[in-house]
Amino acid sequence: MRWLLLKDLQILRRSPLLVGLLVAYGLLIGAVIGIGLSRPETKPNVAFLNEIPPNKVKVDLGSVTINANDYIKRLFSTVNPIYVKTREQAIAKVKSGDVTAAVVIPANITDRLQQLIDVPGSGKPPTVDVYISNADPLKRQGIETRINSRLADANNAIGQQIIQLATGDLNVLLNGGSVSLGPIDLKFLGLRRAQKVLAQAQAQTKDPQVRAAIHKVLVFAQRGSTGLNFAGPALATIDQPLRAHKIAVGGPKVSLTDFGIAVAPAVTLMFVGILLGAGMLAMEREENAFGRLVRGLVSRWGLLSEKVALAAIGGVIVALLELAMISIFVPLDWSRLAQWLLGLIVGGLAFGAVGTLIGAITRDVRAASLLAFMIALPFAFLGFITAGEVSTGLYNVIRIISALFPFRATLEAMNSAINAAPPKLIESLAHLAALVGGYVVLGRLALRRFG
Amino acid sequence: MTAISARGVTKHFGSRVALRSVSFTADPGERLAVIGPNGAGKTTLLSILAGMQRADEGDVEPAPNDVGWVPQQPAVYSKLSVAENLRLFARLEKIADVEPAVGRMLDQTGLRDRADDELSTLSGGNKQRVNIAVGLLAAPPVVLLDEPSSSLDPRQRERLWEFISGLAEGGTTVVFSTHNVNEAERYADRLLVLADGDLIFSGTPAGLHAAVDGAATDFESAFVAYLRAKGH
Repeated sequence: MRWLLLKDLQILRRSPLLVGLLVAYGLLIGAVIGIGLSRPETKPNVAFLNEIPPNKVKVDLGSVTINANDYIKRLFSTVNPIYVKTREQAIAKVKSGDVTAAVVIPANITDRLQQLIDVPGSGKPPTVDVYISNADPLKRQGIETRINSRLADANNAIGQQIIQLATGDLNVLLNGGSVSLGPIDLKFLGLRRAQKVLAQAQAQTKDPQVRAAIHKVLVFAQRGSTGLNFAGPALATIDQPLRAHKIAVGGPKVSLTDFGIAVAPAVTLMFVGILLGAGMLAMEREENAFGRLVRGLVSRWGLLSEKVALAAIGGVIVALLELAMISIFVPLDWSRLAQWLLGLIVGGLAFGAVGTLIGAITRDVRAASLLAFMIALPFAFLGFITAGEVSTGLYNVIRIISALFPFRATLEAMNSAINAAPPKLIESLAHLAALVGGYVVLGRLALRRFG
Repeated sequence: MTAISARGVTKHFGSRVALRSVSFTADPGERLAVIGPNGAGKTTLLSILAGMQRADEGDVEPAPNDVGWVPQQPAVYSKLSVAENLRLFARLEKIADVEPAVGRMLDQTGLRDRADDELSTLSGGNKQRVNIAVGLLAAPPVVLLDEPSSSLDPRQRERLWEFISGLAEGGTTVVFSTHNVNEAERYADRLLVLADGDLIFSGTPAGLHAAVDGAATDFESAFVAYLRAKGH
């Protein structure tokens, strides 16, 4: 047992690539998770436009005046506001992907809030306009959740303020006390005390007409008192004074289900393409056939191209079968088959090219398969990370890494092909084509030490 | 008429000299054995002749495409059958009539009854026969074999050398490397002895024996004595 263990350690020591890879893999994953966890809370960029005129920011709540901006600021506790000057600028920033969403506070929001407070239930509710990109449903869901949550916080704060003030005034009206209206303090008897005073006055007077009149006022005071007992809970219904009007920009809205349909072939294409490309190229060496082939039967470029094509064909077939299987359960728009095929073919070629590079580096089928899995999984994971989930700096690094690996571009291509979602299919295909070229060149360089 | 020639072939691996100005020729139908101790440069010389590596200096003829190459380890696909392997390489060699060429090689190697068997099910000897058959598919005038018998048992070796001798009798020039000097004595018409990258002997087995003045009783002893006499 001991000798076997020593032997295995000796073998590992003489396999620096494998050991280095295993160690580097652990370190890389650890660093990514560590950096992610060590940061407090990351804030996505959100364009912000406040259209409220400076003289309209205040809302009167009876004896108290509140500043609407104080509550609107609460919307930004978990986002990084990027201030813009016009609504058009805000929308353009969402479309370009510079920000994940745009929040526009319309000029009429304080008027509407005032009206809601003055006459609850009347008029249109004060509404914040939220522009969200349709490009990525995961991103959209994330930002929607954040904005909904912050909106609920702002609503809660305003609602509590309104209810607190309103119930205080009602209490004065019911039980008596004073209410400040600016510099003036108004003293109220209160309906309950008024009832007692009226009852005493009614008992002391002998004039039946006066008694009848006092009786009517007394009944009114009793009914008013009873009614105001229910007014407090009724005010609590003003718990959502602010509303969000969500406006999708940048193409048709893609549901998470539709996005999931695009994810499936992208993931399949990745695994099939990389594994086939890596495994089949490495197999040429394991079978000792490489030397014989490149002795004049096939050029190295030809061999590499054949493996890339094989990987793409394999990936496309499996991904199409997968889509056919999905279509049994979920309706798919087969009229877009041509677009699907374009995305699948170019994506498959890109993954095949990555696979051949892995195969050329490892020169061994098992090592190639292992490395293919080790590379594919984290890259696929990175492809799903959206702005705001990590810090801006880390996100930029992730964007660059994701752009160098075909998964994200393939996912975008398939999302565009299946759901007509942005970016345009041609953009993703061009990105993938560039990756195919780059990886094939790297694969050819790696083939120098293959034979 | 010369079937294959090398002139001043030199090869370095870093600072180490693998071959130092090696020159030789072989005639059609000649069986030429390349022998020498480990690291002498045998495989390097054959791989340069086969076009697998480039010489740093010197040149070889004919061009690699006109030379059949049989590597030491079978370079065929274990998941394909014997016939499928032959058919594949015949197509890659752009042989005009694939099926007759495949049939001819199946007959020459005696593997017609195993034609449809997957290579992974064949013995080491039969795999080596398929390996050689692939190298001979295009009927090259010269065939290079790198230690063709190294993984075979005595009976399989015997059959292999019969096959190789048959090729030479048919006019094919056979250049092979081997560790087994007795095989070289028995099956080669001429020897090239390499040591530390130098060609130290070129001649018949009897000539090598004679070169040590009868100091050795058998060929292997003569070979070792010759190496020692030359300082290796």
